Amino acid sequence: MSMDIEVLEDSRHHRYVLNMGPQHPSTHGVLRVLLELEGEYAMELLPVLGYGHRCHEKIAEFKPAKSFMPNTARMDYLGALIYNQGFAQLLEKAAGIEVPERVEYIRVMASELNRIQSHLLWYGAYLLDLGAFTPIMYAFDDREHILDILEDVTGSRLTYCYFRVGGVSKDIDDKFVTSTRAFIDRLRSRFPMYEDLVNGNVILQKRLIDVGELTPHICARYGITGPMLRGTGVAYDLRRAEPYSIYSEFDFEIPTETKGDCMASFLVRFREMEQSLRIIEQALDRLPEGPIMAAKVPKKLKIPAGDYNSSVEAPRGELSYYLVSDGSDVPYRLKVRTPSYSNLSVVPEMCQGMLLSDVVSAMGSLDLVIPEIDR
Amino acid sequence: MEIFYSILPELIRIVVCAVCGAVIVFGNALVMGYAERKLAGHIMLRPGPMEVGPHGIYQLVVDGLKLMGKQLVVPAKADPLLFRFAPLLAFAPVFVPLLVIPFSSKLQGFDLDIGLLVILALASINLLAVLIGGWSSNNKYSLFGAFRAVSQNVAYEIPMLLSLLSIIFMTNTFSLKAVVAAQSPVWFIVIQPLAFLIYLVSIVAETNRAPFDLPEAESELTAGFHTEYSGMSFSLFVLGEYANMFIVSSVATVFFLGGSSGIPLPYFEYSGIIWFMLKVYTLMFFLVWIRWTYPRTRFDQLMNFCWKYLIPFALVNLLITVVMVKLL
Repeated sequence: MSMDIEVLEDSRHHRYVLNMGPQHPSTHGVLRVLLELEGEYAMELLPVLGYGHRCHEKIAEFKPAKSFMPNTARMDYLGALIYNQGFAQLLEKAAGIEVPERVEYIRVMASELNRIQSHLLWYGAYLLDLGAFTPIMYAFDDREHILDILEDVTGSRLTYCYFRVGGVSKDIDDKFVTSTRAFIDRLRSRFPMYEDLVNGNVILQKRLIDVGELTPHICARYGITGPMLRGTGVAYDLRRAEPYSIYSEFDFEIPTETKGDCMASFLVRFREMEQSLRIIEQALDRLPEGPIMAAKVPKKLKIPAGDYNSSVEAPRGELSYYLVSDGSDVPYRLKVRTPSYSNLSVVPEMCQGMLLSDVVSAMGSLDLVIPEIDR
Repeated sequence: MEIFYSILPELIRIVVCAVCGAVIVFGNALVMGYAERKLAGHIMLRPGPMEVGPHGIYQLVVDGLKLMGKQLVVPAKADPLLFRFAPLLAFAPVFVPLLVIPFSSKLQGFDLDIGLLVILALASINLLAVLIGGWSSNNKYSLFGAFRAVSQNVAYEIPMLLSLLSIIFMTNTFSLKAVVAAQSPVWFIVIQPLAFLIYLVSIVAETNRAPFDLPEAESELTAGFHTEYSGMSFSLFVLGEYANMFIVSSVATVFFLGGSSGIPLPYFEYSGIIWFMLKVYTLMFFLVWIRWTYPRTRFDQLMNFCWKYLIPFALVNLLITVVMVKLL
């Protein structure tokens, strides 16, 4: 990075350069942001990346595509199952494998539980950024139930590797069904409390309304997707826009807001949890019997030469895998398009001229997961 | 020798008061430190400290020992003298205001004619300590915290003073004992509810606690002005904070809640102190409660709230009080 602290301080004497991160409570990971401040106003921001780079895409070029699945979970540790889903779909598409219906239902339920879990963590952590210490404990209390449910099925609590090419590793049982139904009731009963105590709080509203406003135009320029985009009024959700898996069979809404500020994306994320609950409920009602693995999945999965693409809606936006194959079982090149990377790129424009406190709330509303940016 | 014998009672009185003050400061820090952690725990769906002793009641003692055993790290580019001096400055002045607070009608160090002025003057020194600490740390976050603390405290001292001033106009004295005595039929909270509310909001800002904890805004400034402090030098700031909470709550009790007045308990001459402590700790519970419930305000909103709402309302309240006092 050519822009160094000394250089910045030298060239503009009247500005104060604050180095936020890589260890800072509100960057949630090893993100570093250089802030040029005038008083408490951030005049320029420069995100500095690369502290947690692990070469996941390069690793994919050295091992059979099937065994890359655990790596996908480590890119976005909060949306691990959805990352699994995207990659499993990609290979199924490439190898032409038909997935049994029960598998699709299991995948949808697990992915949506994962999405709620991610949003709950964001909910708590974001409010922590805004100085409210208590909501994170309530959010974690709810989140713990999801982790317990998923632990029973998948065997892990954070970096899941549950989906396989052509199926899932383990079938769900009655315990999953009952505990998921209990969890749906529990979370539904908690929403009014969250709404009364947090969403309606006047301090929170003053902190979020009119802060970090985005327009659909800005979102298009930076490739922002997910709740940030839906907060500007564009109902773009891949589960509806390009339905994958069996999402077209479910009845759910795409929550949108029009203002595009932090409050808009806050409310969009909050309502998405309700919609995910609806999807899970419908899937539980219709859950068919059947095998949990496609009939013919070869041990050594040869991917026909060509390029393949698969996109899913991750908790933070659009996630795409792009794979180029030369005909062997090892990908020639794998490119992952992660939502947080594009979402982060708007920070210098979005936060220009903001107060330091607003920079924290605007960056928090992006719901950044740093390992997804530095992958 | 004559002179010595004549001032001896006063000397003994000073020593006794200083010892009692120290007991109150440290006792209050232990009680509040424990109570705050327990209350925060229960608000957050967790039990709080549980390991050391039954329900973790010795936790604060152990914490104190741990902090005393820790190294005092002075950052390489900090101003070593000021850096070491600031915690002392935050801690030392809190003893003096305790001398003039009437814990009951008979328990008071010195009944000064300028009692309130002593409290306000010495309570402001804490702010100087925050500024010196933040400045001498040579850390950017600390500096931000210190600057925020100064502008916030200077701003909020005005409505705090104005709300107390409306009581002073009614009682015509700065002596705290006389203020308590003036509330014998009704407490001033009934006559001056607006002043009480303004005072309550101001003390949250004065003690730098959430939702007005901008000087140490964790998520923005890591730890604000005490980012670089460790061990005992850090805990002196915390002791100072709790002592300040105690002092401002005592002032609220004296000025609005009738001080030590209450139903006299049988067989106990000093029953007033029980009522006094009960009122003080109720107020402190309130401070803890809102700290763990609300998010933090933004700095410009905080200042706007003070200059655009609290000060005008306090002035209007003062004006009405003055007119009423003149008329009645």
